[in-house]
Amino acid sequence: MNVIPSLTDLGAAGQSPLLAKPASATPVVTEGKRHTALVRVSHWITTVAFFSLLISGGEIVLSHPRFYWGETGNINVRPWLNLHLPSSRRMVPTGYGYVLHDQNGWSRYLHFQAAWLAVATGLTYLLFGLFAGHFRRNLLPTGSDLSVKGLWDSMVRHLRFERPDEKEAWSYNVLQRLTYLLVIFVLFPLMIWTGLAMSMGFTSAVPLAVRLLGGQQTARSIHFLVTLLLVLFLFIHVLMVFVAGFRNRMRAMISGGVNVSTRAKL
Amino acid sequence: MTNISRRKFIFTGVAAAAGASGFVVAAKVMQRQGLIPPDAAGIYGPGETLTYAAQRLLNRHSMAREFSRSEISNNPFANEVDPLGNEFKRLQAGGFVDWKVTVDGMAARPATFSLAQIRTFPTSTQITMIACEEGWSYIAEWAGVPLSYILDRVGALSQARYVVYRSIQPDWWESIDMTDALHPQTVLAHRMNGNELPVPFGGPLRLRVPRQLGYKNVKYIDHLTLTDNLKPFGKGLGGASPDSGYAWYAGI
Repeated sequence: MNVIPSLTDLGAAGQSPLLAKPASATPVVTEGKRHTALVRVSHWITTVAFFSLLISGGEIVLSHPRFYWGETGNINVRPWLNLHLPSSRRMVPTGYGYVLHDQNGWSRYLHFQAAWLAVATGLTYLLFGLFAGHFRRNLLPTGSDLSVKGLWDSMVRHLRFERPDEKEAWSYNVLQRLTYLLVIFVLFPLMIWTGLAMSMGFTSAVPLAVRLLGGQQTARSIHFLVTLLLVLFLFIHVLMVFVAGFRNRMRAMISGGVNVSTRAKL
Repeated sequence: MTNISRRKFIFTGVAAAAGASGFVVAAKVMQRQGLIPPDAAGIYGPGETLTYAAQRLLNRHSMAREFSRSEISNNPFANEVDPLGNEFKRLQAGGFVDWKVTVDGMAARPATFSLAQIRTFPTSTQITMIACEEGWSYIAEWAGVPLSYILDRVGALSQARYVVYRSIQPDWWESIDMTDALHPQTVLAHRMNGNELPVPFGGPLRLRVPRQLGYKNVKYIDHLTLTDNLKPFGKGLGGASPDSGYAWYAGI
């Protein structure tokens, strides 16, 4: 069995190890690690934290499914967005003739515990990404990929739901890189920031956190909007896993291994 | 057993022992520093402890944001309360002249103050936001006597770690640590937006804890107790909200 450099320790040249495989009439089974252990473990912890945050966050929204801009908002104020969902509070005018059961106690407990888990995992991943070269090698797009043609080609391949070619068993394509960069360095930090900006205890110490956003209700609205973007990301992410070959991609994220020769059968 | 695996075994054992004792020591230090909330047991204890400890390390002396007069909400929302009890209605019919607040527990001079007396105490005014855990909020100007003044007046003992505060309404009580109890913005409010505090907003007396969420701002206060131990109160979690599944610390 060849020892193949993985996605995470591919040389600076970025050359696919598959190009170096010996020409042979028999199918070559090439195995190697697509993801390092740290990426795999942090991926699944983040998955657990994300769903905990999503479910508990959605539950909390149900106690007041209305959104406002600025510092304050309540049922006497016109919202910019009314989700028109049933609510777990009798005082919220929803148009529904019933009130949902109050689930905010455990939802809030779970939300903040999962947030700690996500932040701790994220910081570990961040340190690893910076110092082990993961970001530089795997997330920063290369110059040629960033050309109009490179981006266009990648977009067309995605829109046709084309199964990625074999070299992508070992690296991310340019749209993947840009998307992950956006999620990791823009959306996740924005979630943490807007979340903290809603905390009265936190903003008493760091008032700028909420002032810069333009108010606590604005922070809450942005927190909700970024949630929608993250859910959109989740859908596309999972869809792309199916397009690229579900079993192989799942295997790569669980055990790290990639079996290239079997990919065609998936 | 080979040398390497023995070395690994010993190293792992020592590391585990160091980790476990480090955890125990850390827990003891945190307990002494008042960084463990009363609802630290249970599956959400770790997250709750992290939140409370982190905020206390960050905000022990910080002030809740204050706003300008022009930012006071035109449409404050009072939220619903349980139907007011007969005792409340009787006092309300008398214009609250017989309203009293009892302060007991770990105090050198436990006392009962009348509402009229409380209104003569030094008054502190703040324009702050009250935000509900549900997501809504408003800004108002509150005026009242700083809780620290009352605690000082009754001679709060240095061993006291919490103030338990109760509404005249049944089963409505919460508690705060001394950091919040002695905080200059924690007031027993009797005025709002220049008028007497309206009943729907908690009149005649509401405890304002502006660095914590609405549910810690109990309405119709008639009883304060200083204590070093929350176990004897309710289920021992420090409030009616924790007893019904909500976090004791509501700074987030």
